[in-house]
Amino acid sequence: MMPSMEFLLASGIGIVTASGVYLLLRGRTFAVVLGLSLIGYAVNVFLFSMGRLWSNAAPILGADASQPVADPLPQALVLTAIVIGFATTGFVIELALRSRHESGTDHVDGHEPVSRGAASAATDASGERP
Amino acid sequence: MNALHSLLLAHAPVLPVLLPLFTAVLLLLLGDRSGGHGHDGEGMALRRRLSLGSVVLGLLLAVWLLTVADGGALQVYRLGEWPAPFGIVLVLDRLSALMLLLTACVAVPALLYASGGWDSQGRLFHPLFHFQLMGLNGAFVTGDLFNLFVFFEVLLIASYVLLVHGQGRERFRMGVHYVVLNLAASGLFLIGLGLLYAATGTLNMADVAQRLAVLQGDQAALARAAALVLLVVFGLKAALVPLYFWLPATYAAASAPVAALFAIMTKVGVYSIVRVHAVIFGAGAGEVAGVAQPWLLPLALLTTALGVLGVLSAHSLSRLVAYLTVASVGTLLATVGLFTPAGLSAALYYTLHSTLVVAALFLLVELMAAQRGPEGDRLQPAMAVREPVLLGLLLLLGAASAAGLPPLPGFLGKLMILQGAQGHPAQAWLWSVVLVAGFLTIVALARAGVIVFWHVQPAPGQALGSAGSSPRLLAAVGLLMGLGLAMTVWAAPLQAYAQATATQLADRAAYARAVLGEGAPGAALRPYDGQRPAPAAPFKE
Repeated sequence: MMPSMEFLLASGIGIVTASGVYLLLRGRTFAVVLGLSLIGYAVNVFLFSMGRLWSNAAPILGADASQPVADPLPQALVLTAIVIGFATTGFVIELALRSRHESGTDHVDGHEPVSRGAASAATDASGERP
Repeated sequence: MNALHSLLLAHAPVLPVLLPLFTAVLLLLLGDRSGGHGHDGEGMALRRRLSLGSVVLGLLLAVWLLTVADGGALQVYRLGEWPAPFGIVLVLDRLSALMLLLTACVAVPALLYASGGWDSQGRLFHPLFHFQLMGLNGAFVTGDLFNLFVFFEVLLIASYVLLVHGQGRERFRMGVHYVVLNLAASGLFLIGLGLLYAATGTLNMADVAQRLAVLQGDQAALARAAALVLLVVFGLKAALVPLYFWLPATYAAASAPVAALFAIMTKVGVYSIVRVHAVIFGAGAGEVAGVAQPWLLPLALLTTALGVLGVLSAHSLSRLVAYLTVASVGTLLATVGLFTPAGLSAALYYTLHSTLVVAALFLLVELMAAQRGPEGDRLQPAMAVREPVLLGLLLLLGAASAAGLPPLPGFLGKLMILQGAQGHPAQAWLWSVVLVAGFLTIVALARAGVIVFWHVQPAPGQALGSAGSSPRLLAAVGLLMGLGLAMTVWAAPLQAYAQATATQLADRAAYARAVLGEGAPGAALRPYDGQRPAPAAPFKE
């Protein structure tokens, strides 16, 4: 039996979101940026499908009044979301590069994690106050 | 003259968005050749004058809009003249006008303070400041949920850059955390909006409120999920437990004028919770009414408790003020969480006061830190400040106001909150948390004052560190404190206004009539089913 389109889309969004969340929780800025992008994709597809899934429907109003037309609003929303997502991704990449430049590491906390043994020695250097 | 007035009135709701937008674009066109190092003389003076002129004009505009809104009629502005549920509307009601005025009241002193030197620490401070104002004002006037998201993004992207203004390792470290958290929250915001659209087929606030009332079964469950997802998003902006961990370090890392402006950012979260959870999902929303009720009050009380513990344990002055922000947001949301008109009006009065006080304290803390030598704002004994009497009195005023000692406005605000909670099942909890929090705030601020002003170590072999504060910086702090005091003087009209606001918010039918027109929207096909209504086809070729 063929799985329905709704099932495929829903599980696809779920897998992409889960991967995004996993990457978001990593310690390196590159992985975090990738995670944010993946979440962005999942959200956009989710938003797109919120006007229900339409097959064989015109994307915009046609001349034939008997034809169903796909919901136009989610398309407009998703376009806005894509543009905003693109801009913010560009910004966060620039910020991550600058942070790497300032702190000398690409770890999100701005310093390399210290191993348990060295922790007490390094507390003063990497504490709350730089 | 009359024609000009009616033209302004017709476009009133869009003006607070356009003014900062055009100012920012103009400032961008003027450019910034300083490259982040010191002044470039003439150009900087011009930009400062233009920027300050614009915020003062914005303040006058906000005062005028407040008088317009106080007439009681909703000002609805249809962008592009599209009819209401289909196009985007801006709505100016009492709540919007009040928040616009609050934003302007914080923006003027913050910008005045920044033009004392902070704005030349990096490039393009002034345009970014105005873009942030545009986002804030837009979020307060919009009547469309997706448009709210867009204005959130506008104010956020400006705040990302403002946060790292002045640069430095700590700011970039916190900047990464702040940006990533907010981008994740933006994703959640879109998911919430998507769910809401799926359930109701509209994103216009008035239309959503109408359609929620008739939802049943699984559609109601979807809408409920959407409301709770949105609560997470707004809770992150407002710094509600367990989503407040980012705030203290971030606000403490930001430069003082930026932190003062950010004092209003948490209030955007509170405002959105009021709009969405207390009004749209409020009483009269049928099966989904009061969906946030079991969550908001306990979480908000916990926020206050943890915020006050943070105030007590802070090891620097700026962190202390940042935790004060968290505690005040907790108190505020707890009052909103009562979901009564009395609670709402008390919360509005307290919003005004707590924002002004927190902004003033952020600025004041930097003034004190600048005179303490290398210790800066750390809560350790250091050399004496140069102006102990002046700064000490300002701190005393701010502290007493934040803690709620009579006759300062903090006292009136807390009194209204306590009265608003009377007879509510959670009254005992709210009273004890608010009162104990006030007491602990006084203890913590008294301790900070003792360390800064009395527990002084003579600097060995060191001349008096710095000159006194510049009059411009002091004027900014004084202005904020003065506004706080003015709230005591005009407490009665402000309280009356807040009560009228709460009444206006509760009247869902009037809001729907004003935005959607008389009875028209019932005919639209919602949720969307792909079929065109029979008499359509005006597009026949």
